[in-house]
This record gives sequence, C-alpha cells and structure tokens, in this order.
Amino acid sequence: MSDTTTGPVLAADGRPLKASLNRALRRQKLRAMMLIAPLLIFILVSFVMPIADMLFRSVENQIVSDTLPRTTALLPDWDGEGAPDDMIYEALARDLAVAVEAKAHTRLGSRLNYERTGISSLLRKTGRGVDEIGETPQDVLEGVNDIWKDRDAFGRLIGTSEWVDAINAWDGEDSSTRIAPEFNANSSFAEQFPGTTSLYASYVLQSVSEEDNPLGEKPWPILFHVLAQELPSATPPSDVPEELALALREAATALDGVVLDDPRAVFLDIDDDWGDQGVWTTIQTYGPAYTNGYFLNSIDMQKGLDGPEWRPENEQIYIVLFIRTMIMSLTIMGMCVLLGYPIAWLLANLPDRKANMLMILVLLPFWTSLLVRTSAWKVLLQQQGVINDVLVWIGIVADDGRLQLINNQTGTIIAMTHILLPFMILPLYSVMKTIPPSYLRAAKSLGATNWTAFWRVYFPQSVPGIGAGCILVFILSIGYYITPELVGGTKGVFISNRIAYHISSSLNWGLAAALGTILLAVVMLLYWMYDKIVGIDNVKLGG
Amino acid sequence: MTDTQSAFVAFERVQKSYDGEVLVVKDLNLSMPKGEFLTMLGPSGSGKTTCLMMLAGFETATHGDILLDGVSINNIPPHKRGIGMVFQNYALFPHMSVAENLSFPLEVRKIGKSEREEKVMRALGRVQMQDFAGRRPAQLSGGQQQRIALARALVFEPELVLMDEPLGALDKQLRETLQFEITNLAHELGITTVYVTHDQTEALTMSDRVAVFDDGRIQQLAPPDQLYEQPENSFVAQFIGENNTLEGVVQEIQGNTCIVKLDSGDIIDAVPVNVSTVGERTRVSIRPERVEFNRERLHADAHTLKAEVLEFIYMGDIFRTRLRVAGTDEFVIKTRNAPDQKRLKPGEMIEIGWLAEDCRALDA
Repeated sequence: MSDTTTGPVLAADGRPLKASLNRALRRQKLRAMMLIAPLLIFILVSFVMPIADMLFRSVENQIVSDTLPRTTALLPDWDGEGAPDDMIYEALARDLAVAVEAKAHTRLGSRLNYERTGISSLLRKTGRGVDEIGETPQDVLEGVNDIWKDRDAFGRLIGTSEWVDAINAWDGEDSSTRIAPEFNANSSFAEQFPGTTSLYASYVLQSVSEEDNPLGEKPWPILFHVLAQELPSATPPSDVPEELALALREAATALDGVVLDDPRAVFLDIDDDWGDQGVWTTIQTYGPAYTNGYFLNSIDMQKGLDGPEWRPENEQIYIVLFIRTMIMSLTIMGMCVLLGYPIAWLLANLPDRKANMLMILVLLPFWTSLLVRTSAWKVLLQQQGVINDVLVWIGIVADDGRLQLINNQTGTIIAMTHILLPFMILPLYSVMKTIPPSYLRAAKSLGATNWTAFWRVYFPQSVPGIGAGCILVFILSIGYYITPELVGGTKGVFISNRIAYHISSSLNWGLAAALGTILLAVVMLLYWMYDKIVGIDNVKLGG
Repeated sequence: MTDTQSAFVAFERVQKSYDGEVLVVKDLNLSMPKGEFLTMLGPSGSGKTTCLMMLAGFETATHGDILLDGVSINNIPPHKRGIGMVFQNYALFPHMSVAENLSFPLEVRKIGKSEREEKVMRALGRVQMQDFAGRRPAQLSGGQQQRIALARALVFEPELVLMDEPLGALDKQLRETLQFEITNLAHELGITTVYVTHDQTEALTMSDRVAVFDDGRIQQLAPPDQLYEQPENSFVAQFIGENNTLEGVVQEIQGNTCIVKLDSGDIIDAVPVNVSTVGERTRVSIRPERVEFNRERLHADAHTLKAEVLEFIYMGDIFRTRLRVAGTDEFVIKTRNAPDQKRLKPGEMIEIGWLAEDCRALDA
C-alpha cells in the first residue's frame, strides 16, 4: 500500500474519503428518502402517533387539577380524616363557580365517577346550587354604592388601565382575527386581594373564550363573596381609580357585621355527600396530573389510603380476563398448528395441480368477509344448529342433551381457529416448500423409519415455519375482537372486548388505554421470550 | 458371473411404469457379483435413475423381481434394506453438524454412544474430514459436502452403496480427484457399488463394468475397454467417446471380416458385429484415433478412401483433423502429438485407411 500516512484516507481532490463518499451518496439517499416518505408520514400519523397518544392517555389525569386548581393545591395537606376544613370548601366553591360557567364540572364528574360511583350526579347537582354563594355581599354592596352595579367595576378595579383600554379595543375588532390581550392585574391590588385577583383572571379567561368583553358581562356573585372575605384584612390600594377606591372604603364599612355565606354549609345543604370522607379522598387521590390509577384498575387494584390495594373480590375482572385471553390464544394457536401442519405438508408435497386446488380452498376464507364467516359459525354451532342436528341424528347426543357449542369458550376457539388457520398454513407451507424431499429419502436410506425420518429430519427444518405461524396467530388472536364478541357470549370474550367497551360505551378511555398498554407490553414480553428461547432468526415467512 | 443365483444384486425382468401408459424401464435383467463397481450410464430419461430408486426402495417395480443377496426385496421398505446412498445434492441434514449427520444412521440402529463416536471418526478419517466434525453442512464447500455425504453412506457399513450422480455439481478438477477417491474407497472396503451418471468419462474411469441405458433398456453391459473398443450397437458407439459413422450396404461377408459398399460408392473393410446377411444396410463405426493416413502402416491390400483436409485443430496432446470423406464433412481423425507426426493442412488431399478389426459394421 502506498498510503503510509496515518489519519483519514483522502480522495483524489484531497478531501477525506468518507466525506467524499457521503457527498456522492447524498443524492441517492435523498431520493430513497423521498420514495419512502409517503409511507413514513402515513405510518407516523396513523400509527405511531395514536399509539403514543394511547400510552399517554393511560397515565394522563390533568382534568382534575385543571378543573379544580385551587382545591387540588390545598388537598395534599389534608390529613384524610373526616371532612376537610373550611379553606378547602372555600377553594372548591371558587373552582366550581369557574367550572360551572365553563360547564367543565360535568366532564370532571364523569372522570371521577370511574373511581367512585355517584360523584357525577353529585357534581351536577352542586353545579346548580353553587352560584348563590356571594349573593349576600353583592346585595349589600349594590345597596351602598351604585358603582358596584356597573359591569366594568371589577375590571377597572383589578386590571391595569392599559389592559382595560386593550380589552375594549379588542372588543371592537373583527371576531375572526382578533387576539385577546393578556390579563394584567394591578400589582398593588393583587398583593392585597390575591383570591379576588385570581378568580377575576379566571372570569376574564371564561368571557374571552366565549368571545365576550369581560367588561360588559355581569360579574359572578362569587367575586363579591371573595372580595368581601379579603376586604377586612386588606389595606385598600391607592393607585386604583378614585371613585372605586372610595367605593372600596365604603364597602369595608358596610360589610362590617354582615354574615357571609359559609361554603361548607352551602355544600352540605346541597348534598350530605360533601361531608363524606370518601368523596374527598377520591378527589385527593386523583388530584395529581399523572396517575397510575388506570393501571391499578387494569389489574383489579385501586388506590387505597395506604397505597395500592386489591379491589373487592366481586369487582375483580381484568386479571381473569387477561389470563383467559392468554390461555384461549394459546389454545387457538395450538389448534392451528395441529390442523395446519398436515395441510401445509399436503400443499408442499402434492403435485402442482392438486396443490393449487387445495391452496384455493385454504385461501377461500380470506376472500369472504369476516362477519359472514363468523355468522356462519353461529348457524352451525347453535343448539338447534347444523352440527347439533347431525349429532342428534347420528345418535351421539340425545335430543335433550344438545351440546352448548356457542356463546362460550368452545365457540370462540372453534370460530377463531377457523379464521386464523390460513395465517398458520401459509408460513408453514412456504417453509416446507423449501425442504427438498431428498432429505426424507436420505434419512430412510440411512435406516430411519418413516416416523424417525419425519421427526428427526423433516420436523426440525419446518420449525421456523411453525414459529412464524405461531407468532402470527397468537398475536392476532390476543387482540381479536369481533369474533369473540359475536360467538363468545360472556365466558368467551377477550380483553379486547373489554377495551372496546371502555372506548365506545363507558367512555373511560384512560382505562382502555391502560388495558391496551398492558396488552402491548405482554405481547412484547412474549415476543422477547420467544426470541430468547427459540431465536427470532428461526422465524421464516418464506424460503 | 452373470448367474442370478450367485449374484449379489439382481434385476429379473423388471419393468416400471409411472402412468400405466409408458414403460420407463422395459425388461431389465442385470446381475452383479459382490464387490463390483457398476455404473449405469445413459442420457437423461433413459431409466437409469429409476432403476437406482427401485433398488433403494423409493420406487416399486411394476413387474419383476429385484434380488439382494438372493432374496427378493420388492416388499422391504427402504429403511430395512441397509443400502447406503449418496444423493445428487448430497442431502446432508442442514440442522445437524457433520458428526451428527454421520451419527444419525448409527443412532437409528441403536448403537451405543462410544461405538458411535468411534465409527463416526473412522468414517471421517476415511475421507480426510476429521477436523470438520463440528461444522454445519452449510459451512462446507461442495467437495467437502460430497465427502461427508460419502462418509455418511458408508458409516453404517452397508454392503451395497448407491450413488446418484454424486459429482454432478462439482468442477472438473475436484470431480477427477473425487472419482479417484471414491473408486479407491469402494475397492478398499470391498463394497458393491451402483453408480449412476450421464458423464461417460466418469463411467469409463471408475467402473468395473458399465451398463449403457437407453430407452428403458440396457444397450450394452461390459467393462469400459470393451465398451469403447467393441460397441455392440450404433447407440453405444455414438454415446461412448467420439466416433465416425459411415453408412452403406454389406457386400460380402467372409468369417470375421466383411466388405461394405458405402453410399458414396467406396468400398471399405469392417468387422460384422450385428449384420449377418449380404445386402443388409449397416452403419460403420470407426474411432478417430484408429484412422491411419500413413500408407506405410496399412496392410498392402487394405481398402483406402480419399479424403480432403477441412480443418486442423491443435489441442496440445493431440491433433484433431476434420476431413471430407465419402460424402460427409464430419469425419474426424485424432493423432498423437509426437515429434515425427505430420501436421495436415486444410485443402490437402490424403488417403485414409484402418485395420479391419477397428471398423465395426453395426445396425443401421
């Protein structure tokens, strides 16, 4: 070799050879990328992103802290004994007032109802009564000074004058293009009246989201309630408009001695359940933005006071369902091997004409609709169906002892074995097709009986086909949904049917996502185990 | 030697048909003594592989008996026949190592582990492959695989070994080495061997006797030299080696010689092989190397033919010259590249002749 210098090899023009090569290949790579780009984008949008979203949904729980920010901020400090203190009722009153305006309390109710039955109706009921809090101070203040009847009183009092101008200007703009100015509170006021300021900020957000000018809307009564609460201990700020500063000072005097609404009393008046420790525990437990609750639920556990605990015996369904799904999928896989192996053998060893005919018979089910095939099994398997009729006619079973072949596990296994059989036969066939018949002849000429020749020589070489078929059938069946739904009754359904139920009927997507995630993890785990034990190199889908 | 009672392998009036319409093997009679190396040679479709498969037990004879050591084996399944077999594509089991492949026939015979290992190593030693016991067949070259296949067919010490074109997939040089090794091994171990090939050189160099197959029949069964020098019919003459053919009519038969008048009118001498009457049409066969153009080396009264040199090809050890003789352009003569050998030039006119016993008058 003439190049004795160390360091990177150089191309003829003196650049490093690696860089030169990369440059030469760049166009090719770019073209290749562009060719696969449509598929890549399609897969990303329709496959990877939904899966990522599902994985996220299984732990996501922001609805509680988004809807009840003030309550969930205080609840972690609650000792969990009895009912919480007034501070928390007060926070809940403010949160619910905002939530009711945004109609978010019903969604929150549905979410919490998964964890504790009854919360949904409790929240709906509370939503109708909570808006009376604050009516007392409102009446008092409006009686003292007419300025409190002005709809922009709170806005001018709390917001900076720049914001007031900006929001008024925004109101005049075309509603399709305008962008609302960010709410800016008067800092000295915010310092003295933090609760009022924060609540008014929520009020502004709500009005703006409804495309209304917050200065032109009636303020919520709860604003008066919070203001009245904070007024006695606050020094009225000086840099607010003069008439409002005056009104504030008058208000302080006027409210002296007035009994404000007690949120705890109001809540308990609406429903006794608000005094129930369990309701509060639920809100506390599901307060954080991320939760393992869905996953605990998926394995028949729940969040208790001292960490995860088993659900009561009569509520446990998922682990049984997971195990049943596994066992039935394995059974279906085994049946497919038993039935498919001889057929694949025939396909690979018959003369071409006969093999083609047989292949059409194997593929025929592929060309018929899944629903048609499953429905056909219903006709065949039911108690007054063809199979039972034949058995009775032959005399194998008595007329009053007809076999229960459908709406149970038997039905699911029979129908799914039939539906998934081609997925076993095809990889087996394509592997067997590559095993020359001379191996069997060689084995026999060496003294092996037909069975030994098959078992020692032919079978080991067909194992890659069995592996491929088993993986296909098992993974397909573990996530199967339609057939168990139609012929499985209650005893023959799979975990996927439960997932479908939570997606489309109970709308508990978080739980569905957690169940799906566990299913995905189990499949991955089995795949990994298969790789460790058999070796994924030993899987062949074709020659 | 050809007595079927004492023969080790015998085919008696064997016929075979696959479809009930065409006979692939028509009336096959063959007997082999113990220890013989017999080659079945013939073009593809001549029935030679079918015969081998019937002997191995993978095909059943439609009619007739196949005897092994005096016993009919028609109804014995292949695994009980105890016949070693080497296949065209070796058929080494890909999921087993070389040693496991060799051990397989011993395992199915329930031979103990230590004895098995000893036999495997001995068999590998015979083909100089001891170092490859742990390899997989896919890691071996074609020649190595062939050696292993051979060792596997011999490891259980069968008395009869069948080989179905075992060297077909190898290159020329390797084929020649292995030909030599196989014959040596077969003679050393005293095994009876039936070898199928379509390569006549292979057949001639390896065999004790060669059975030339065509059209489902044995056309001639003879040792290689006899087959080459004394073909019994024109198919064998054509099929084995290079051959010049001239056609004509028998004009005169005198004991061991006859005179043939060629279609061109020329008269030549020949040995009558399967012509018996004057006036019969015949095809005369002369080997290229037996043709002489040096007048001094011929009998004084021998008939000669005029020939025109068309082409002279230098092939190293020999010269190959194409001539126009008696109306054919395809008459070839071969001469040894000796120092005094004359190199003919195209266009040259010469006179050629031969010894009457080298020229055989065969069926037309």
